[in-house]
Parts: sequence; structure tokens; C-alpha cells
Amino acid sequence: MSGAQAGTGISPADPYRIGHYAGFRQGTAVHAARELASKRVIVGYGFWIFLLSDIVMFSTFFASFGVLSGQTAGGPSGKDLFNLTNVAIETACLLFSSFTCGIASIGARTHDNLMYYGGMAVTFVFGASFLYFEMHEFVGLILQGAGPERSAFLSAFFTVVGCHGLHVTLGLMWLLTMVAQVFSKGYRPDILRRVLCFSLFWHTLDIIWVALFTIVYLMGAGQ
Amino acid sequence: MLGKLSWSAIPFDQPIPLVAGALVLIVILAVLAWILAKGYMPYLWREWITSVDHKRIGVMYCLLALVMLIRGFIDAIMMRSQQAVAFRAPGYLPPDHFDQIFSAHGTLMIFFVAMPFVIGLMNFAMPLQLGARDVAFPTLNSVSFWLTATGALLINISLVVGEFSRTGWLAYPPLSELTYSPDVGVDYYLWSVQISGIGTLLTGVNLVTTVLKIHAPGMTYMRMPIFCWTTLASNLLIVAAFPVLTATYAMLLLDRYLGFHFFTNTAGGNMMMFMNLIWMWGHPEVYILILPAFGIYSEVVSTFSRKPLFGYRSMVMATMAICIISFMVWLHHFFTMGAGANVNAIFGIASMIIAVPTGVKIFNWLFTMYGGRVVFATPMMWAIAFMITFTIGGMTGVLLAVPPADFLVHNSLFLVAHFHNVIIGGVLFGVFAGYTYWFPKAFGFRLHEGWGRAAFWFWVIGFYVAWMPGYVLGLEGMTRRLQHYDVAAWHPWLVIAAFGTVIILLGIISQIVQLFVSIRLREELRDVTGDPWNGRSLEWSTASPPPPFNFGVLPNVEGEEPYWGIKQRAIESGELRPEPEYSEIELPRNSPTGFICAFFATFAGFGLIWHIWWLVILSCIGAFITFVIFAWRDRSEYVVPVEEVARLDRANRTARAAWLAANVQAAQ
Amino acid sequence: MIQADQAERLHETDISPGDDRPDRSEIAHGLIGYAVGLALAVLLSIVSFFVARTSLVWQPSIPIALFVLAVAQIGVHLVFFVHITTGPDNTNNVMALAFGVLIVFLVIAGSLWIMSELNANMALPMNELMRMQP
Repeated sequence: MSGAQAGTGISPADPYRIGHYAGFRQGTAVHAARELASKRVIVGYGFWIFLLSDIVMFSTFFASFGVLSGQTAGGPSGKDLFNLTNVAIETACLLFSSFTCGIASIGARTHDNLMYYGGMAVTFVFGASFLYFEMHEFVGLILQGAGPERSAFLSAFFTVVGCHGLHVTLGLMWLLTMVAQVFSKGYRPDILRRVLCFSLFWHTLDIIWVALFTIVYLMGAGQ
Repeated sequence: MLGKLSWSAIPFDQPIPLVAGALVLIVILAVLAWILAKGYMPYLWREWITSVDHKRIGVMYCLLALVMLIRGFIDAIMMRSQQAVAFRAPGYLPPDHFDQIFSAHGTLMIFFVAMPFVIGLMNFAMPLQLGARDVAFPTLNSVSFWLTATGALLINISLVVGEFSRTGWLAYPPLSELTYSPDVGVDYYLWSVQISGIGTLLTGVNLVTTVLKIHAPGMTYMRMPIFCWTTLASNLLIVAAFPVLTATYAMLLLDRYLGFHFFTNTAGGNMMMFMNLIWMWGHPEVYILILPAFGIYSEVVSTFSRKPLFGYRSMVMATMAICIISFMVWLHHFFTMGAGANVNAIFGIASMIIAVPTGVKIFNWLFTMYGGRVVFATPMMWAIAFMITFTIGGMTGVLLAVPPADFLVHNSLFLVAHFHNVIIGGVLFGVFAGYTYWFPKAFGFRLHEGWGRAAFWFWVIGFYVAWMPGYVLGLEGMTRRLQHYDVAAWHPWLVIAAFGTVIILLGIISQIVQLFVSIRLREELRDVTGDPWNGRSLEWSTASPPPPFNFGVLPNVEGEEPYWGIKQRAIESGELRPEPEYSEIELPRNSPTGFICAFFATFAGFGLIWHIWWLVILSCIGAFITFVIFAWRDRSEYVVPVEEVARLDRANRTARAAWLAANVQAAQ
Repeated sequence: MIQADQAERLHETDISPGDDRPDRSEIAHGLIGYAVGLALAVLLSIVSFFVARTSLVWQPSIPIALFVLAVAQIGVHLVFFVHITTGPDNTNNVMALAFGVLIVFLVIAGSLWIMSELNANMALPMNELMRMQP
């Protein structure tokens, strides 16, 4: 809804956007109650800050993985365990879901039902497939005795990848909630702000996955 | 069904916690009965518990902090008296209980006294200073507060159900691992810190967004009062540091609950990684606490010196420099770990560098006072005591930043004296100054000055008597957390320290008396104009207590110290500015979401501590449903009609006009 | 922090992260943006997976190549999916991102450096440890 924000009347006479447009200085202080930043900007920015804090949390898990990745305690290492085909499929799922999530947010902005619901549905399918492949991998590892209790390396591996998977799970719950919200409330500005936050969340999960498959899987399998 | 919980969890054989717990329970029930009997419950529910008003939430944060201060201080008295009598004797606290007390004391004082107090003051004052109607996310603010309260509640439940952690306030592994701490103490600690930590993180997000995005017209960044800048810096640190805490304790919890090997002795775990990660949170944490206090001192010193703050821009630079550098010094908490000379040297130098911006600030305050007409009101006295005390604490800190010196005194009482010196002399004096300074704004009457002075002198003298012996003891080789000892040289100093704690007790009693006396004498202490201290920033331009919408019309900011400018123009022209054109104001509706979430979080936390899994699952479902119901509401705002806005603002204008008339007459 | 006056000049309008510029609000434009982003991301991912398993390049350079590719792909995601730009309307968003990146760098690089130095110091041969005993 950036169009709406541009429409909230940032007057050309107020290039510095601090509310002092020409009329104000001359003493007609009628509009002083006007909000300066639009709600959409405030909400989006706040959520952006939250996402950055989430990324810092991931960085802590990454740091632990980096420190502990050699500590296999005589157990299997990443080279023995990782199936890069599986990882490539997971990566494809997430990349395409980011694209479809983008389509859904265009649909939300333009109130286009097909793009919104279609985009969200495909995003859900891709996200759920990702989770399926991840679960498949985790179960396989645990069954062959390479569970998180085996070594510090596997603890760190399961934590950093599992934390991302947990985020995807929460994201899918959120996705369903947003579909239900738009369905029952329509494209209301407050609902659209939440759609914006959801899409930010989903794209950020993708960014974290890029770091994950590079550091954990690709570098881990190469060791 | 009830997991690990059984009747044996209640310590029937230990009289001290049982009696203390029973007393607390009786007090709580008595207060509750009184509230119900007087019929205050609907009022409390409507106006406070479900309130999303930043002023109310700020006040509740401060109240929580004051109550927990008493609880934490009781722990302090027990430790000091134990050490005073435990010379070649067992004392009256068995080691098991003593260990729980020092762990609880540290946890309470940092997480549930200092944090809520600074967050409460930031919540209360910062939006008023910015000329805003509320924070960016009002309901989230309420969620944050109630999650913090949940953490505090869980810690206090540990007094009677089960036991608290015995591992110190940071739960170092491997002692805190399941192998060495199999009971629920560490779980109580971890879950209460995790739950309140989420609340703190949400506050950080909320307040950063508020400072950066919500201002009165014309309130540009370089016109914000310093307190807003320190709020920004402190909350940026919260946003950056608390995720590290959450992740680190999540790893420890995984170790304890699911047999992971992050910090264990076996299977490749590395407990030194815990030290590294926990201090990556821990060091920024001390700046999260002290930066808002620096902001309060800046406001107080400038107001009571009747001068603009000296070196505003250098103050902003120093604040932001501290914000960044405080993230680069964490290793100085574990110089002795063995990372080697290169690492120690770099972190030692970085730790000394961070003293520079702090020194800049001290000089700025001194130059603000220089040539000013200093009014020695209680907040100003706290500020002056801070400058002296904090300088001493800062210098012992620089000493500890030198790795070879640190090797000699690490983990000794010298270190303990240092951090009490900066946290009491810096943070606590600061929040007391802020409490006295903003109390009239929050409640419409000032605190009693005489009892305030009594509290001040008892606290300051008591602090010096209690903690200066700590430096001596540290240099004499006494390590921290000793339940008993047999070194004759230490004994007199520990007796003196215990005596100092008694003086501090008198200070706390004075503060409680001050509160009651002030409420009793509220008509005499009434703040009619809303500007009791001749203030300079926007919070003093509105009534005391402020209306729910803070400002009838948003102030138009034309320079630094906007209210001072408005006031001077009014005095020059002899009249207030013409009455503005009022319009109706939209405000966020109250919501019980925060309280209900905390209700579920309490049960989820309790279930997790005692392994009652069905309770955990039910609580999580309950919390999710609460959020969905909140998300489904259609009206999130209510409208204050224009007549109401005009009525409240006119009342304030009338009081100010009367003050102005008296003032102009006096000047003629 | 930038000087106030400059900061004000930079803040002509603000945009939320995730939102595109108002003058690019047509559907076609948005679709093209996401499609280009997807194409670049897929390309970079494929190269990453290829590089990780190839024997064509000098082996010690592979982690560095993977790191560079990952940073490039994260950049692609930020620009094409999150719509972070260097424009004046994005200053606050970029500043926040820069702060976050700094913290991530400190957490990861600091931990790895400290812990590797620690391990190096603790990995003294046994006879040397004995020699250090008084």
C-alpha cells in the first residue's frame, strides 16, 4: 500500500517530512494531530527490527555450529550424513515459495483474489513440502543413530536447522491465519499490514536458508 | 499426570522459605481481599490490568520493580548477615540455601528490578518527551509487561514449590547441566528468564520503532531530549543482545531436557562456548541498564542547574558510541578462560576505550552544573551522588579491564564490589532520581522532600559502608559466594558490610514511608500546573497526570528544549499562545490480551519446569487462540470526542495562565 | 548516526521494508521484479551446489567461493524480495539492517576467533603442560 502512503499528503512544501509545511509556519496549526509516519511504515519497520533480532538469534546458533561442527565425538560427520539432493529439493521449495509469496503480496496490494489466494496456496504447498523433506531427513538421521544426543556437532546441527524448521512451521500457521483473515475481513488496511509482515517473515526465512544450506550443508559436506 | 511435581516439592523441613512464602501469600491474599471488599477490582481490571496506555504500563513496571527490590534486598540482608556470623562457624543458612539466595538475589536484581525499572521509566517518559500519543505498538507493550511479570511470578513460586537454582545468576554449565543440577531449580531460573526475556525483546522492538518513527511535528532526531537518545541506544542493545540470551539458554534447555551436547563435559560439548555467548548478552546488558540512567541524569542535571545540557551533540555521539562499543568488549568477563594474550589484549583495550565516551558524559554533566543555579532537590542529589560514586566504580572497572590485574582479582569480592558500585551507584541512583523526578507527572503530586532526603542519605552512606569493604576483602583474597570462611582478617570488614546493609535498609524504609506520607499529604504536594520542576522538555507542557491522549494538540517543535522555548515566549509576551483548534483523537482500545497471554505463559512455564506436558500443550493452544481472537477484532481504536479534549486541555491552560499571571507580576 | 540535517534531507518519504516504491506499483512491474529475483536466486543456488561438489577448482578456495555466492544470493533476496534499496526512503531500513549485520558479524566472527584461540592455547602437548607445573 505504498500508494496510499504517498497519498497521505506529504506536501511538496515539506520536503523534510517533519510536519512543518508552509502553512504550519504561518500559524494555521490545524493538522498537528496528523500522524507523521503512516501506520504501514511503523508496523513494517517494527517488524523489520524484530526480524533483525531473529537473525541475531540465528547467528548465535550459527556461531555454535561453527565452533562445534568438528566435535563429532567419534560419530558421523557432515560428510557421512548429508544428502545434497534432498537439500537441493528443499532449497528449490523455499525459493519458489518466496516467489509465490511475492505474487500473493502483489495480489493483496491490488485486491486480486486469484493472485492472493493462489499465491498463498502455492506458498503453503511449497512450505509444507519443505517441512516434509526436512522431517524425512531428521527421521532418517535419528533412525541411523545420528540423533542430537550423539555428539555436539549433531546437537548444533539439529538446533540450527530445526530452529529454521520451527520458524517455517510457525510461518505456515500464520499463513493459514492470514488467508482466513482476508477471507473473513477482506483487504482491510490492518489486515494488509499483517500480510506485509508475513511476507517479510517468509522472505527472511529464505535468507536464513541461504546461509543454512551454504554453511551447514555445502561446507559441512565438503569437510 | 503432574510430572515431577509431588508433595515433596514443598520444603516442609526448611522453616525460612516456608515462613517467608506463607507471609508473602498472606500479604497477597490480604491485598486481594481488600481490593475485592472495596470493589476496586473492576476499576483495576479496566484501568490498569487491561490498559495499553504507555503511562499506566510504565507505572506498573516501576511498581513491579519496587516490590521485587524488596524481595531481592531481603536476600541481600540474609547473605550479609550470614557472612558476618559465619566466621569459623556454620552461620544460620545451610550452603544449599545460601546458594539459592545468591542466585535469586542476582537474578531478581538484574532481571526483575533494574530491567523493569528502567523499562518502566522509558515507557512512561519517552513518548511524552517526543510529543507522541503512545508507543508504536500499545497492545504489544502490555504483552511485554505481563510476560515480565510472569517471569517474576515463577521465580517467587520457586520459594515454596520446589527450589531455586544454586548456580549463580548466570547458571554456568557444567554445574547447571542435568548431571550436576538434576532438580527443578535451574529450570525455574531458565524459564522465568526466557519468558521475561521475550517480553523485554518485544519492548525493545516497540521502543526502537517509537523513537525512530513517532514524533511530534518538528521533533527531529537532533532535537530529541537525551533521554530519548539513550532510550534508543538501550533498546537497540536489547534488540541485538536479548536474542543471544534466548538462544544460549535455549541451548542449555535442550541440553537439560533433550540430552543435547552443547555445554556438557561429554560428546564434544564445550562449556566455554557458554561463557562466550552469555557474556555477549551480558555485557550489552549492563549498558542496557546504565544508558537510560545516563539519560535521566542528563535531564535532571540540566533541569536543576537551570541550563541547557552542555555539549548536547557530544552526548548523542557518546551514547551511540557506547551502544556500538559495548558489543565489542564481552571477553573481559572471562579473561582468565585462557583465550591467550592476543585476544585478552584486544578486549582489554576495547574495554578501556569504552570508558572514554562515559568520561565525556561525566564532563558534560559537570560543565552543565558549572555556572548554573543548582537547585538541590532530591533528584539532583541522586545525580551528584551518582557522579562521585560512578566515577569510583568506573575507575575500578578500568582496573579490571587490564588483563594482568584481572587475573589477580577475578571472582573476588573486588569484582563484586565493582559491579555493585556501578549498578547501585549508576543504575539504582538513576532510577531513584527518575522516580522522584517523574512521580509528580505520573500522579499529580510530588514526593515528600524530607523523607526523600532521608532515603538519599541512608542509601548513599549505606552503600559506601556496605561496599567499600568489598574492595579491601577482594584485595585480601576473599572469593565471592562464600557460605563460611576462617580468615580472621576478613571478619571485621564483613561485619562493617553487614552494618552498611542495615543502613541501606533504613533507606528503603524511608522510601516506603515517603510514599505513604506523600499520598497522605497529596493535597499539599499537588502539582497544579504540570510543571513542578521548571522543566525543559515536552512532558512538562501537559497536565499532571497527563490525559490519556497526552497532548490536546500535538506540540509544534521549533528547536531543542521545546517546552523551555514555549515557556520563555509565554513569559515574554505575558500570555499563553492562542487556544488551538481541537479535534477528536483516536486512541487504542484497552485489551486483556497481554494479561491472558501471561496467564497462559505462567502455566506453560510451570508445566515445562515440572514436566507436566499436557499443561504446556493446553497453555500454548490457549495463547494461540488469544492471539487469533485479538487479531479478529474489528475496532482497535476509540475516539475521544472533541469536547472532552477541549475540556481537559482548557483546564491545563487555565492552571498555566494563573501561574503565568503570578510569574509576570513577580517579574515586574 | 548521520548529522540531523542530512538525515532530514534523506528522509523525503519513508517506505516500509517489503514495500516497493510507490511509482512502481503496477502488477507487471512487481511480477517482473519477483521473477528476476527468483531467476538470479536459482542461478546462484545452482552455482553454489555445483561449486560445492566440483573438483574443477582449487579445493581450498571452495569455502570462500561458497561464502561469496551466499552473500550475493542474500543480497539478491534483500533487493528483489524485501525491496531494500539505497534510496532516501529506505535510510532507516538500511541503517537497521547495517546494525543487524554488524551484530551478526561480531557474534559469529568473535565466537569463532575466541574459541579457536582458546582451543589453540588449550591444545598444548602433554610434556609442555608438565613443564609448566611448578
